[in-house]
Amino acid sequence: MNRILLMCLEFFKAGLFSIGGGLATLPFLQKMADNHPDWFTHDNLIDMVAVAESTPGPIGVNVATYAGFSTNGLFGGILSTLSLILPSFLCILIIYGFWQRYKENNRVQRTFAALRPAGLGLICAACFTVFKGAVIPDGGLRLSCLIMFVIFFALMQIPKMKKIHPLFYILFAALIGVLLPL
Amino acid sequence: MKNLFKLYWAFFKIGLFTIGGGYAMLPLMEREAVENNKWVEKEEMLDIYTISQCTPGVIAVNTATFIGKKVGGFFGALFATLGVVSPSLIIITLIASFFNNYTDNPYVIKAFIGIRVAVAALILNSTVGMIRKGIKNPYQIGIMIAGALTMIIFNVSPIIVIIVAGIFGLFIFDVRADKEETNE
Repeated sequence: MNRILLMCLEFFKAGLFSIGGGLATLPFLQKMADNHPDWFTHDNLIDMVAVAESTPGPIGVNVATYAGFSTNGLFGGILSTLSLILPSFLCILIIYGFWQRYKENNRVQRTFAALRPAGLGLICAACFTVFKGAVIPDGGLRLSCLIMFVIFFALMQIPKMKKIHPLFYILFAALIGVLLPL
Repeated sequence: MKNLFKLYWAFFKIGLFTIGGGYAMLPLMEREAVENNKWVEKEEMLDIYTISQCTPGVIAVNTATFIGKKVGGFFGALFATLGVVSPSLIIITLIASFFNNYTDNPYVIKAFIGIRVAVAALILNSTVGMIRKGIKNPYQIGIMIAGALTMIIFNVSPIIVIIVAGIFGLFIFDVRADKEETNE
């Protein structure tokens, strides 16, 4: 029971400080993996992100459900997700009465003008960690993975490929993983 | 009461068909909230998105909470919010329980080595896109780089970075903007 409560607290904090949408929860989840490897590891996390990117729903919510479920079963999954969305739920309810003034308040605008890039910076750092995990899976740099990364990223920049759903890349990559000696 | 179930179901659909991130749901949100149910005006939708970017959390959930509150008070907000996360809860739980049976399968292990590369590329791709859209001036570039480096080099808690950036935005941005106004 303690583990569930602790996890909910961590997800609550993540929900409170995530600025800027879906991937913004990733840095906080990585911190959780650092501090609680018995919950999930960095590799587990990337796998969860893979599933989260391929399924409906906001990615932060999906990862919370997955992580909560893996660690604590059905109850854990539901509670983790609710903990993640509770801060924003309360925040919206609180400001609802004066949302017009909130939106136009200079202080709010300036604070978020700084918070959003900071959130993006955190995502960049998270991105770097994921990159390391993908290209240096067991301590040594795997050239094959690095090459695959560059090819995949280049593919995603082609205008015609921009509309392709992440699921296709993930399935294609899974196939490559199985067929080739990566 | 009937309104509450309508809210739940409308946002359930929105949550179900939102694939690949918050912004994909905009058209669907407009169709459900503005056209089908006439809960909000089209112009209000824009305001709601703006607010959702000035509050913590996931944009899909925030807009659900807001519209739900508008339509049905606290319980409206509750039903709408629960609606938008229900598809995730159900689908992910099913998939997770499926996958947990195969973690030792050698093919699954090999597949995931490839999948992790794809995920890294996808995340980098999304991040680059967000940078292009979101960074509007050199100060923001500076803050972003500062935040990223602090995380990478010092591995502090992301919460610290957010709090420091918030204080910076509140007090230092404030001062600079005031200076600009007085100079005009």
